[in-house]
Amino acid sequence: MSTPSAALREPGRGEVREITLAQAIREALAEEMRRDPRVFVLGEDVAEAGTPFKVLSGLVQEFGSQRVLDTPISEAGFVGIAVGAAMTGMRPVVDIMFGDFLTLAMDQIVNQAAKVHYMSGGKLRVPLVVRTTLGATRRSAAQHSQSLHAWFSHIPGLKVALPSTPYDAKGLLKTAIRDDNPVLFFEDKMMYQVKGPVPEEEYTIPFGVADVKRVGRDVTLVATSSMVYVALEAAQILAQEGIDAEVVDPRTTVPLDVETLVASARKTGRVVVVDEGHRRYGVTAELAAVIAEEAFYDLEAPVRRVGALDVPVPFSPVLEDQTVPTPEQVAAVARELCGRSERDWR
Amino acid sequence: MRQSPVSLAELPEEVRDVPAAEWLRLYRLMATIRAFEEQVNELYVTRRMPGLAHLYIGEEAVAVGVCAALRRDDYITSTHRGHGHCLAKGARVDRMFCELLGKAEGYCRGKGGSMHIADPDSGNLGANAIVGGSTGIATGAALSAKMRGTDQVAVCFFGEGALGQGLLYEVMNMASLWKLPVVYVCENNLYNEYTHYRETTAGDVLARPRAFGIPAEDVDGQDVRAVLAAARRAVARARRGEGPTFLLCNTYRYFGHHVGDVDRSYYRPKDEEEAWKTHRDPLKILREWMVGAGLARPEDFQAAEQAAREEVARGVAYALAAPYPEPREVTLHVYA
Repeated sequence: MSTPSAALREPGRGEVREITLAQAIREALAEEMRRDPRVFVLGEDVAEAGTPFKVLSGLVQEFGSQRVLDTPISEAGFVGIAVGAAMTGMRPVVDIMFGDFLTLAMDQIVNQAAKVHYMSGGKLRVPLVVRTTLGATRRSAAQHSQSLHAWFSHIPGLKVALPSTPYDAKGLLKTAIRDDNPVLFFEDKMMYQVKGPVPEEEYTIPFGVADVKRVGRDVTLVATSSMVYVALEAAQILAQEGIDAEVVDPRTTVPLDVETLVASARKTGRVVVVDEGHRRYGVTAELAAVIAEEAFYDLEAPVRRVGALDVPVPFSPVLEDQTVPTPEQVAAVARELCGRSERDWR
Repeated sequence: MRQSPVSLAELPEEVRDVPAAEWLRLYRLMATIRAFEEQVNELYVTRRMPGLAHLYIGEEAVAVGVCAALRRDDYITSTHRGHGHCLAKGARVDRMFCELLGKAEGYCRGKGGSMHIADPDSGNLGANAIVGGSTGIATGAALSAKMRGTDQVAVCFFGEGALGQGLLYEVMNMASLWKLPVVYVCENNLYNEYTHYRETTAGDVLARPRAFGIPAEDVDGQDVRAVLAAARRAVARARRGEGPTFLLCNTYRYFGHHVGDVDRSYYRPKDEEEAWKTHRDPLKILREWMVGAGLARPEDFQAAEQAAREEVARGVAYALAAPYPEPREVTLHVYA
C-alpha cells in the first residue's frame, strides 16, 4: 500500500524519522506503560508471540509477564476481567486479535463496559481500551476480515477510534489509554507495515478532531482508516482530470468532529463518504446523514456513499477484491457528483 | 429439608470466636433484608414502584454470612436478585429505596434501579441484570487487587442459573491459572426463573469448579453459621494468595422469580414453599440456636425485628418524599 505524501503531515520540525504503524502502536503502549504503572496489556498471544501481527513484540521483555498477560482463548472472559480491573483502579489495554472476535465479547463491551458509568450514576468508571483489527483483502475469508466499528459507534458510552497513519495511531492510542471511558481502537490489519513520520517527542491527539489529509475545493472525500489511502489515490486520479478533492479523516467516529466535516462540505458542496464497513446501516450512512442535515443548503448534490459490498467477505481474490471500495470507484462517484463523466475528460 | 432447624452438629471451628453480639447483628441484618423486601413487594402491589424487583426473602443467610467475612474495602458483584447483597455489604436502606423509586438520592441517581445498584464506597461494584454478567467483573477486580498488591478479595454472587453461561467457566479458568483472590458464591435457590435447575443443569455442579482445580464445597445456605464459616475459609485462602474458591450455597426463594410472579403452582408445589419456610428459615435457625444455647433471649430477636421494621419504614417514607432527578440529568454520565 502506498502512503501518499499528503497523508504525512505532522507538526514536527525538520527531519522526522519514519516508522511503521505497528511500531507506532508499540511505542504508544510502551510509553504509556512506563508513564503509568496501572496500564497493562492482556489478550491472546500478546507476550512472547507479540501477536500474530508482531505489533507487541518486545513489550513483555521490558514490562514482564505480569503486565503483558497472555490469556486463554476466551474473549468474553478476558474482556470481562479487563472491565472489572478497569473499574477498580487499573487501565487495561485488551488485544482482540481479529475484529471478528469482538462478537464473542459483545455482552462485556456493550452491556457492561459501555453502561457501568451511566448505570452507577457516574460513580464507577471503565478506563478500558480494546485494540482490535478491521479490514479485508488479506485473503482470510468471512470470519477474519470484517470491519465492525459501526456496531460500537452505535452504543452510547463507547468511544471509537480509527487511525489511518502511524502518526495518528500513536497519538490517538495514547489518548485512548488516558481516557476514562471504554474505547474501541480499530487498526486496519493491512496497514501495520505502512510507514510514516512520527516525531520522537511526546504528543497526543485529542478525540473528536478530524484531520484534513488533503486540501481541495471541488469535492470532499470523507474517509476512515485505510480508506483514507483509497480516497487519497482517488484524489490523485481526479486531480489529473482537473477536479480538486479534499480528503477529510474523522479519526474518531465517537466523538465525531461534525464541525470539520460540515465546514468541508459547505466549502466544496459535494461529498462522498468512504468506509470499509458494510454500506447498509453503516458508518457511511451516519456520516452522510450528519452532513446532509447540517450542510443541506450548501450542497450542490446529494451526499454519496461508498462502503463494503453487503456480502460476507469471500475468500477467492477474484471475489474478495470486489467487496472493498477502490480508488477508481471513489473517483467515479466523485466525478459524477461534479457533473462529469470519464468521457468528458477524455 | 426434613432435618431439624438447628442442623449443625456443632459450631464450625472458623466461627467459634464469634460473640453473641455479632450473631445478633447478623440476625438484625437478615431481619432488615426481609423487612426491606416485604416493603418492596408492598410498593409493587400498591403500584408506587416503577418496574419490577426480584426478592431475596429466604436467601438472607447467604448474603449476610458471606459479607460478614469481608472487609468494607473488599469487593462484591451482585445479581438481579441483589438487594440482600447490597444491604449486607453496607448499603443504606433509605438510599436503596431512593434508587428503587428512581429518585435523585438513590445509589445510582435513579439511573440504575433495582437491578443495578452499585455502591463503590462499600465495595459493591454493582448488581447485574445479565445472568452471569458480573463474573468477569468480579474476577477482574480480583486481578486488579493482586496487581495493585492489596490483599482485597472479590466475591462474585450469582444464581444457579448462571451455571448455564459460558463466561463463568472462562473466568474460573483464568482465576485458577492466575490464583486470583476471588470467591464464587453460587446461590442455588433451585429455580432458573420458572424452571427447576435439574432440568437445565447436567452432572454434578461441584465437579465444574473442581475441574479447574478450584476447591468447591456445598454449604447450607439457610444457616448463617455455616455460610460464615465457609466464607471465612474461602476469604482467608484468597487473602493468603492461594486463589479462588467456589461455594455452592443451597437456598430457596420464598417469593416468585419477581414480584409479579404470584401464581407459581405450574412450576413448584405450594408444599415445597411451606416446608422451606417452616423448617429451613434462616432467621428461625439462628434464633432457635441462640435461644437454645443461652446466647440470647426471645425478646432480643423481637427487638431486632422491630428495629429493622422501623428502619425500613423510615427509609421508605424518606424515599417516597425524596425528589426525582432533574430531567436534564438524562444526558449526564454517558461519558466520564
